[in-house]
Amino acid sequence: MSNFKRRARRWAPGLLLVSPSLVLLGVFVYGFIGWNIKISVTDWKGQLETDNYVGLFWYKQLFADETFHNDIRNLLIFTVVFIGGAVIVGLLLALLMDKGVRGENVLRSIYLFPMGISFIATAIVWRWLLNSDEGEGTTGVNDILGWIGIHSDWHKADSQWAISAIALPAGWALSGYVMALFLAGLRGIPEDLREAARVDGASEFHVYWHVVRPMMLPVFMSVLVILAHISLKTFDLIYGIAPLDPRTETPAIFMYLTAFRGYFYARGAAIATLLFFAIAAVIVPYIWYSIRKERTAR
Amino acid sequence: MAAINRRQLLAAGAGISALAVLQACSNSPGETNTGEKKVEVFSWWSGPGEGEGLEALIANFKQNNAGVDFVNAAVAGGSGTQAKQVLGDRMRNNQPPDSYQLHAGLEAADDIKAGWLEDLSSLYEANGWKSKFPAGLIDKLSISGKIYAVPVNIHRSNLMFFSPKKLAEWGISAPAKTWTEFLAQAETLKAKNVKALSVGATWTQMHLLENVLLGELGTEKYNGLWDGKTDWKGANVVAALDVFKKVLDVSVVGTDDWQPTIDKVLAGTAAYNVMGDWAAGYLQGAKALKYKDGYDVVASPGSTGVYNFLADSFTLPKNAPHKTYAEAWLKLCASPEGQDLFNPKKGSVPARLDSDKSKYTDYLGWALKEWQDSKTVVVGSLVHGVVANNSWKSEIEKAYGVFFTGKDSAKFAAAVATAYAANK
Amino acid sequence: MTRLFRQLVLFGFAVFFLMPVYVLLVTAFKSPGEVDVVHMWSLPRSLSIENFTTVWPKLENGMVNSLMLAIPASLISSFLGAANGFVLAKWRFPGADIVFPVILFGMFIPYQAVIIPMSALMSDIGLKGGLDGLILLHIVYGLPITTLIFRNYYIGLSEEVIEAARVDGAGMLRTFAYIALPLGLPAFAVSMIWQFTSAWNDFLFGIIMTRTEFWPVTVALNNVAGAQTVPFNQAMASAFLASLPTLLVYLLLGRFFMRGLMAGALKG
Repeated sequence: MSNFKRRARRWAPGLLLVSPSLVLLGVFVYGFIGWNIKISVTDWKGQLETDNYVGLFWYKQLFADETFHNDIRNLLIFTVVFIGGAVIVGLLLALLMDKGVRGENVLRSIYLFPMGISFIATAIVWRWLLNSDEGEGTTGVNDILGWIGIHSDWHKADSQWAISAIALPAGWALSGYVMALFLAGLRGIPEDLREAARVDGASEFHVYWHVVRPMMLPVFMSVLVILAHISLKTFDLIYGIAPLDPRTETPAIFMYLTAFRGYFYARGAAIATLLFFAIAAVIVPYIWYSIRKERTAR
Repeated sequence: MAAINRRQLLAAGAGISALAVLQACSNSPGETNTGEKKVEVFSWWSGPGEGEGLEALIANFKQNNAGVDFVNAAVAGGSGTQAKQVLGDRMRNNQPPDSYQLHAGLEAADDIKAGWLEDLSSLYEANGWKSKFPAGLIDKLSISGKIYAVPVNIHRSNLMFFSPKKLAEWGISAPAKTWTEFLAQAETLKAKNVKALSVGATWTQMHLLENVLLGELGTEKYNGLWDGKTDWKGANVVAALDVFKKVLDVSVVGTDDWQPTIDKVLAGTAAYNVMGDWAAGYLQGAKALKYKDGYDVVASPGSTGVYNFLADSFTLPKNAPHKTYAEAWLKLCASPEGQDLFNPKKGSVPARLDSDKSKYTDYLGWALKEWQDSKTVVVGSLVHGVVANNSWKSEIEKAYGVFFTGKDSAKFAAAVATAYAANK
Repeated sequence: MTRLFRQLVLFGFAVFFLMPVYVLLVTAFKSPGEVDVVHMWSLPRSLSIENFTTVWPKLENGMVNSLMLAIPASLISSFLGAANGFVLAKWRFPGADIVFPVILFGMFIPYQAVIIPMSALMSDIGLKGGLDGLILLHIVYGLPITTLIFRNYYIGLSEEVIEAARVDGAGMLRTFAYIALPLGLPAFAVSMIWQFTSAWNDFLFGIIMTRTEFWPVTVALNNVAGAQTVPFNQAMASAFLASLPTLLVYLLLGRFFMRGLMAGALKG
């Protein structure tokens, strides 16, 4: 008994410190997820809330719904392009800046700035930039691509390209932050460790590969999780650039449209519930795997 | 040195935090206090033109109701998408404003079913309003014989804009009067490397769609689309949808807002643009063009003599905190002075039948004449909330998404028909 | 040689990142007649600041509200995130590896999904209308990401530093306050950047939770830029003005990215 008490004395303060967060999240996250699940099995449609149980009616409807399938496909493509792009650019920038450059503060702020501009303006500017007009009306990004002889017709083509095109402004907004995350991680690695490796005769590349890279695993996890959650939640940007456009619709947008334009609140809750479980199915194993790997790396 | 700077920064931040928390502690969500001299009005009128019109109304209100604090809770969002979300939240949590804006028509049905609005019939009786507004309009603001809103303005959806000089240049003697003529003109224009029509973001495409349906089906069958009398799956509707596809084929279809889309007509990239009459305000205002000279407008093909309308109105929510002032606001909105203050600035036509015609010039002069002409047939807009309730309309939008990518007319018609039955 | 190459590549990227900002600024200086999607790249005819002076009065009130919202929200949630992150990384308790994903999952809630029950709850406990309820919301929904950032940062902290403190007799709070916090500055910068931006650019919570006089700047911005007829020149001018505080924050937090912060830890 007293052995437990002694050990508990060590970790109890930690648990105590974390508990307010757990309580708050218990209400504001899990409580509300529960609310969504409850609503998703009722027939609530329209502004008058109704309570009649309809079982899996909305879920069955969604599984058969072509628009919903389309949205999921769009989301997957968007996620891959967006995360891939942002990670590559962010990592590249961080690596280039790691050793220090002239005007680092200014450069870093320039890369971060896109994130600080309100989505309303970002949507307008990128809607213009992604313009696909031809001939004399060519403008935006196509104007620049024209110098190399390419013309993007993204919105005459299929969904894949349309939704990938939207990943461009999203990547533009987030790459700077990814860079900041990687940079903070890189800078957090004690210089001594790197020095020790260099003294042992390792080349700069080896220093990065054998010393820096393993220690960056947690940061990499942060980056992936943050980008994934943005990808899933991205609503304002896509809705601002191409509202109601089926080629760029994602489940988050569909949920908004059906719940707040059509007042199909129960259907919206069903979409939300499906999203939660889908995310949990992906993220939880990933985090578990990542935590395990950390232990072996250390 | 650096350490001190950082600590100072953090201290400053903490100081501001404390201030903010203290200051923000005054957070009661608007208690109902009928003695309080205040009125809060919800709308989505914050853009150019409409914002100024609203300000003019507010100024007049303040003059006639001295000492009353007017809270202009306008939240922008085309057709009120954002405002409605906030409004829904307020109504659900029993924190109603004193008045809020609604589109006339079935868009209001949900609010009425939820019991959010007061019946204004007695107010109409007391002020003799029933004779001052077109009967058809009052019908659209009523459900089961009870009237729920006071109309302020009328907009027209079925208009086709063009540049007279450019049409002449291309050898087109007169704007197309039917969609068949339009498609023929498209051939001529193709030879000159000009697209026949410009259309942009999804809602503008649906705006075009409703007017193609109107032009091809005629008013009776068009009205039937919305109350079940016309079968969506019927041959004539599917044929009209096929015409729409043909129209898209000869158009430049973009993703732009409606303004850059209509700019293409001015630039000569496209010949026509179908849009509501707020475009006239834009062309005369921001683009500084003269009516009949720099731009001209006719009824969209197949709809001459038809007014495809949408109207904005104000309501009285149940349990409005300051009912007397709310009613004063409604009275102002319904009055000829109020409507003549607002509408010229907004670029719309007044709902009242006895307004001062001299205030409405250029396009508005023509529009007012048509609106008040007894021979004009009035039908309602789909896109702007008149003929379909919110649930059905949102399902139509969803089906349109599939139609736009798949181009299957019969499938779209079937989806719309199913959605109608499910959401009556 | 490689230094010059790096400089050039970074400069090239800077140009790409600034390209849309160029369009934004250039449009902000144009007159309504000049604004044209086809000519978005062309310079304005004159550099008049008329658009800026026109929109500033509309944004003023909102800017103050947003500052009073974003500063406390980001500071407090970063601090709480640091505490959580430290505990989950270095002062673990049984089940810490489960608590971490449980907290993290909160990041994935789309706000649209919780807006209805959240608003009802906040109304019930009387926290609706002013800024305090909104600040609380940003703190709560910021906990997952700040915890993530700090936890993954502190994992990299060597055990020796903690052991040294423990040997010296320090308890958890002392270790946190005197060792972990000072060493966590780069994480703090990253966390602050995210939280400040998130609170500053939030529209949905802001407009649902506050009365008109407490509306944050995003609402004013939406009113200028979101109507059916968009005055693009004014919209860009207001967007630029509204983004300046975040830029300032990014610049100020720059010092926390300095190299060698960890170096002192082992020697100390």
